[in-house]
Amino acid sequence: MSTPALLVLEDGRTFHGEAYGATGETFGEAVFSTGMTGYQETLTDPSYHRQVVVMTAPHVGNTGMNDEDPESARIWVAGYVVRDPARVSSSWRSRRTLDDELREQGVVGISGVDTRALTRHLRERGAMRVGISTTETDPARLLERVRASGEMAGTELSDEVTTTSAYVVPAVGEKRFTVAAVDLGIKANTPRMMSERGIEVHVLPATASIEDVLAVGEDGPDGLFFSNGPGDPAATTDQVALLQEALGRDLPYFGICFGNQLFGRALGFGTYKLKYGHRGINQPVMDRTTGKVEVTAHNHGFAVDAPLEGTTATPYGAASVSHVCLNDDVVEGLELRDGEGGALKSFSVQYHPEAAAGPHDAAYLFDRFLDLMNDRRA
Amino acid sequence: MPKRDDITSVMVIGSGPIVIGQACEFDYSGTQACRVLKAEGLRVVLVNSNPATIMTDPEFADATYVEPITPEFVERVIAKERPDALLPTLGGQTALNAAIALHERGVLEKYGVEMIGASFEAIHRGENREQFNAIVHKVGGEVARSIVCNGEALGPDAPKSAKEKHALERAFEAAEQLGYPVVIRPSFTMGGTGSGIAYDADDLVRIAGSGFSASPTTEVLIEESIIGWKEYELEVMRDKADNVVIVCSIENLDPMGVHTGDSITVAPAMTLTDREYQHLRDLAIEIIREVGVDTGGCNIQYAVNPADGRVIVIEMNPRVSRSSALASKATGFPIAKIAAKVAIGYTLDEIPNDITAETPASFEPALDYVVVKVPRFAFEKFPGADPRLTTHMKSVGEAMAIGRNFTEALQKALRSLESKDAAFDWSHQWVDLDKDALLAEIAVPHDGRLKKVMDALRAGATAEEIFAATGIDPWYVDQLALINEVAGEIAAAPELTAAVLRRAKRHGFSDVQIGRIRNLAPAVVRGVRHALGVRPVYKTVDTCAAEFAARTPYHYSSYDEETEIAPRERPAVIILGSGPNRIGQGIEFDYSCVHASLALSAAKDGGGLPGGGFDTIMVNCNPETVSTDYDTSDRLYFEPLTLEDVLEIVHAEQQAGPVVGVICQLGGQTPLGLARGLEEAGVPIVGTQPAAIDLAEERGAFGRVLAAAGLTAPKHGTATSYAEAEAIAAEIGYPVLVRPSYVLGGRGMEIVYDDASLEAYLEKYVAAGLISHAAPVLVDRFLDDAVEIDVDALFDGEELFLGGVMEHIEEAGIHSGDSSCALPPITLGAREIGRIRRATEAIARGVGVRGLINIQFAHASDILYVLEANPRASRTVPFVSKATATPLAKAAARVMLGESIADLRAAGVLPASGDGGTLPDGCPIAVKEAVMPFNRFKTPDGQFVDTVLGPEMKSTGEVMGFDADFGTAFAKSQAAAFGSLPSSGKVFVSMANRDKRAMVFPIKVLADLGFEIVATEGTAEVLRRNGVAATLVRKQHEGPGPNGERTTVQLIDDGEIQLIVNTPYGAAGAEPASAGGDVPGAGTGGQVRLDGYDIRTAAIKANVPCITTVQGLGAAVQGIEAMRRGDIGVRSLQEWATVLQPPVVADAGAAG
Repeated sequence: MSTPALLVLEDGRTFHGEAYGATGETFGEAVFSTGMTGYQETLTDPSYHRQVVVMTAPHVGNTGMNDEDPESARIWVAGYVVRDPARVSSSWRSRRTLDDELREQGVVGISGVDTRALTRHLRERGAMRVGISTTETDPARLLERVRASGEMAGTELSDEVTTTSAYVVPAVGEKRFTVAAVDLGIKANTPRMMSERGIEVHVLPATASIEDVLAVGEDGPDGLFFSNGPGDPAATTDQVALLQEALGRDLPYFGICFGNQLFGRALGFGTYKLKYGHRGINQPVMDRTTGKVEVTAHNHGFAVDAPLEGTTATPYGAASVSHVCLNDDVVEGLELRDGEGGALKSFSVQYHPEAAAGPHDAAYLFDRFLDLMNDRRA
Repeated sequence: MPKRDDITSVMVIGSGPIVIGQACEFDYSGTQACRVLKAEGLRVVLVNSNPATIMTDPEFADATYVEPITPEFVERVIAKERPDALLPTLGGQTALNAAIALHERGVLEKYGVEMIGASFEAIHRGENREQFNAIVHKVGGEVARSIVCNGEALGPDAPKSAKEKHALERAFEAAEQLGYPVVIRPSFTMGGTGSGIAYDADDLVRIAGSGFSASPTTEVLIEESIIGWKEYELEVMRDKADNVVIVCSIENLDPMGVHTGDSITVAPAMTLTDREYQHLRDLAIEIIREVGVDTGGCNIQYAVNPADGRVIVIEMNPRVSRSSALASKATGFPIAKIAAKVAIGYTLDEIPNDITAETPASFEPALDYVVVKVPRFAFEKFPGADPRLTTHMKSVGEAMAIGRNFTEALQKALRSLESKDAAFDWSHQWVDLDKDALLAEIAVPHDGRLKKVMDALRAGATAEEIFAATGIDPWYVDQLALINEVAGEIAAAPELTAAVLRRAKRHGFSDVQIGRIRNLAPAVVRGVRHALGVRPVYKTVDTCAAEFAARTPYHYSSYDEETEIAPRERPAVIILGSGPNRIGQGIEFDYSCVHASLALSAAKDGGGLPGGGFDTIMVNCNPETVSTDYDTSDRLYFEPLTLEDVLEIVHAEQQAGPVVGVICQLGGQTPLGLARGLEEAGVPIVGTQPAAIDLAEERGAFGRVLAAAGLTAPKHGTATSYAEAEAIAAEIGYPVLVRPSYVLGGRGMEIVYDDASLEAYLEKYVAAGLISHAAPVLVDRFLDDAVEIDVDALFDGEELFLGGVMEHIEEAGIHSGDSSCALPPITLGAREIGRIRRATEAIARGVGVRGLINIQFAHASDILYVLEANPRASRTVPFVSKATATPLAKAAARVMLGESIADLRAAGVLPASGDGGTLPDGCPIAVKEAVMPFNRFKTPDGQFVDTVLGPEMKSTGEVMGFDADFGTAFAKSQAAAFGSLPSSGKVFVSMANRDKRAMVFPIKVLADLGFEIVATEGTAEVLRRNGVAATLVRKQHEGPGPNGERTTVQLIDDGEIQLIVNTPYGAAGAEPASAGGDVPGAGTGGQVRLDGYDIRTAAIKANVPCITTVQGLGAAVQGIEAMRRGDIGVRSLQEWATVLQPPVVADAGAAG
């Protein structure tokens, strides 16, 4: 029979299951993801750094692991909780099983637990710390260690996930624009979608300075991009300052996820931690500039605290909320205009137009970024 | 964008009778639509010929027309009601085709009716293969390479036969070009009618031939074969602001080559990466945009090559479909309801998600469970039919199950089928298993294939071998292997510990299965399990994988940790539904269950229990039904209807609050069969008690009830062996009617004429396990030439309410479900109805009925015989309710909970006085006609199965014709069931000898009406001697004449016959010729009988009305006369209700 495993939440709730992936012990923030496809993309998304991900879809691993779908070079989740892991993988693209991959990368997981009960618990009590162990059999002792582990709120994590050196993703076809993309935990599909649109993407480490940004390309950047990434936006200061510098120079800006939160902070808004976050690929968001609803991929535990109605005057222009989640009215996008009703200067979204995993409904935002840079150039 | 304000009334078209490929899922969708539209303050005008539907209950629409869904009748309704809009996308292909016809005839334009949901152009783009293929290409998708074959080159006026010939030539060329095998798909059909896979030219002739007949445009598509590819379906919803969501993905376990309705299907898709899934999603959205389904739902099917992921778009339905119902139940996202809302102008973000109440409908459901649907077949009803599964749908129903994993859901679904052989079984020996033979067997899809796959695995086949033979994805094969492994663990365990049981239960094993493996009685397994505390928990279908709190208690069981059943205060009544549709048990029973739920939820002080009625708890596993809509009952358990599953629900609900009892009386044989077991487990049964049910079934005891009441039954006896049966037959005399006990729908019922046939019968059914000491065979004297009468009544212990008295139009010997009937009875006078009333009351009292009872009588030589009594809701309850404007099932539920008929009269549920036996003068006549699925079943060599009716029920559905006189009502029933009766043209007549005398008068009337009579030799001679000119035509076995004179079948094939009258040689119920039965009285022998078979199958192929009884002929003549008298009007149930209710107080004033 399989190795038993134990999962203990910081409020003491305990689940018994079986070891999945690597054996050992791990800690992190327990969050649940409701996507029914895309576990490979989820596992390799740097935004999940230090999080233990609970999959609400019961069957995980059915299509194995392939070489095309990872969003970064490694699995980032701190731990993995599933109900019914696949015993075989079935896909013409599969190269190895998920189980093997988790073991190889030392990711401790647990299977066979009532993931729905766990999800409901997190929904009611909020995201919290969790420990998974295949070596500890006493829940009380594991609980002590869970309570001693680090909290997500107040933690700055960009340094742990960012690239160590700058690199360039060349434009596909004719190069139209140059963008400096600050990697705060970037997913591979983001520069890919830009490059497909003729953007030469200069991916910079999280520590990039305004000089580093302005130095990209032959004639400097046409735009600045901040990626998604883990951590508490309120604990981030350097990148906010960098962004304010760039906005002051009227550099068109596009941000995704963490990049939305930092945009909010740069504009003077606060951020806050959601009770249990948005993690899934089925979230309805309305683009208030068009009135259209898009089904989108989400992965965020924090959100921007901005007024849903009206505009806010900032040193850089008139800021307003452009996108809202229809489930709970959480701010999902911001835009900055040249005065109320003026030309678009910068924008960001809290969710993932690059998808991977998830629907492609929001891909238009990359085109919007292109238009923005085009307008600026003209 | 809120609701449109330019629409104040909407016409909804239903899907008509239940047929294979179009079942009660469209009652579910139509009912939802009607509810939504009414709630929005719109005037709803409904047309549906099917009286068994919930949607045709008068409260669901403002004007309900139970009229034929033909362009002629629908136009009359439009002319009368002048609706602003027509919503054609919720009534299946029937409604869509009717809407297309109305558009093409200019009716919609003439009356200014706007088609909403999908425009004519969008429907056409979705359904026309060439246009659709062009759209797929345009959005960057691929379709299977294909070639359209039709006779268009000959011009529109060419005869159909010439077009077919030309099209067939094109088909040959196409097949050569694409290479065999090829798939044949007719245009504008549903349920895969006329489609199939051709492996060679012979197959092509056979399949394309029927495809041309099935297609209204004489057009088929010949397509490259993608058999064995993975098959997927997406359910898509779009609003007028171009917001699109995918409601559900569905994966077929059976790969391409098996119609999705016949496949085991799984939701959500299990074996797609996000990359592939999003590609399908992108295609779906682009396609729905291009096709232009502006406001509503549709589904799109794909094939994916397992070797390289190449995606082929197969087809789309620009309407709500069977899969939509499945997807709605699988996700909690009510597709039809939302489709109706977006059709009248709402956008998805304006519509709340009922289940969470907080979030909008503009999201995509996330599932944290697995849903499995399995089809239910009825091949046993059609001897000789080819049991291979193809692209032509053959299943008659389906069961769905929800589990927290695939194994649990699959095993629950299989036991939900209630078919003895459906669930996996490990009790047979390994030595039986021959791997190579099994691999060969599973290579051809057929009913029960999955069990053979299990056996092949047990015989040592590898996953690769199974995949190579079947194309079933290796992930599913591994899941099956996992189930086998767990079975092995159960067998090998030293004892049944909690750990062993938990693991077994987690993978869906029932107590019965565990018991068989361990050689223990299921009750013992249950006892051990309960002692060890191994019980299921109940999870919730919430659309969002627990992200938000669910407000709607829609539950399923799982062996997991945490249960979600909320405590309750009101007393609860548990209603057991009827499970998967099958022949003999379908929508009619769901109707009664739904009514009970609605009535009890609303009943105040019900059953003497103050506090405002009951909490109603529905248990069912049929995804097509209204009963499994989460809106219908206070709580819904989507669970198998087995004793184990029901007992666990009862237990869970008893923990949650007071439970008054379980209603077993309304869902047909399924819940009735559970009543005894529930009672033994201490569960209170509401209404008629199990002992009373047994009393009615057990011949000896029932005989004493009849004797005490001075009633007569045909001579009868019971036997468990041929010797006993033969002795009984010798005493009461042949012919005898034989049947197993405890069956529904006349399963195994036959009329037997001699000892040899009797012996063969017993051999067959003893071997099939239908006859045993516990379930003896019933042998009854068969009453030739009797009039059969069906009665539905309500009894509260004191008073009898005669719901309705139905007179069968066909002679005795044809199953009541297949027989057409009239209400009020057309030839019975007040005296006979009085006798029937007294007999019904005596039986109800004698048996101890509390609720509904259905009794079948035969009236012969002025003697009233009691054929059988069933103390439960019958198939005819909805028909009677509509024909008499009385909510019989609602009243029954309240009687079962303790109210009296007097109470219900006082409460206005039942009429203040009188009942269905005292209908007022001038009340309308309702005619019920059955609809047969013969066009779905062919023999392996491509011939249709025989269509002769007998004591075993074969119909899938029914329609009602409703009008002031019998002839008009009958004509309407025929128009609704088969398309109209002809009012001129050629009638072919061929009668059995015993019917020749009775035929003369009605045939003479037809001749006088101007019909040309065509007949075979014997019949023509009799007609001529009686002064009816009849053209002689060659019999089929004589072949064409020397000068090319055509045979009967050729004439029918050539479309020259408008009406066929052919009574079978031999008696009703004789074995069909193709089965090789040796039945006495077969006229001039097998050749003639074979002719009859050829004629009837030619009729099916040519879609010509075919009358097979003398009584039916009489009714048809009256119908034709009514049609020729002039314009037949339409009248809504609401209008008729003013005639029917309140009834005139009269003693026994039956009309007619």
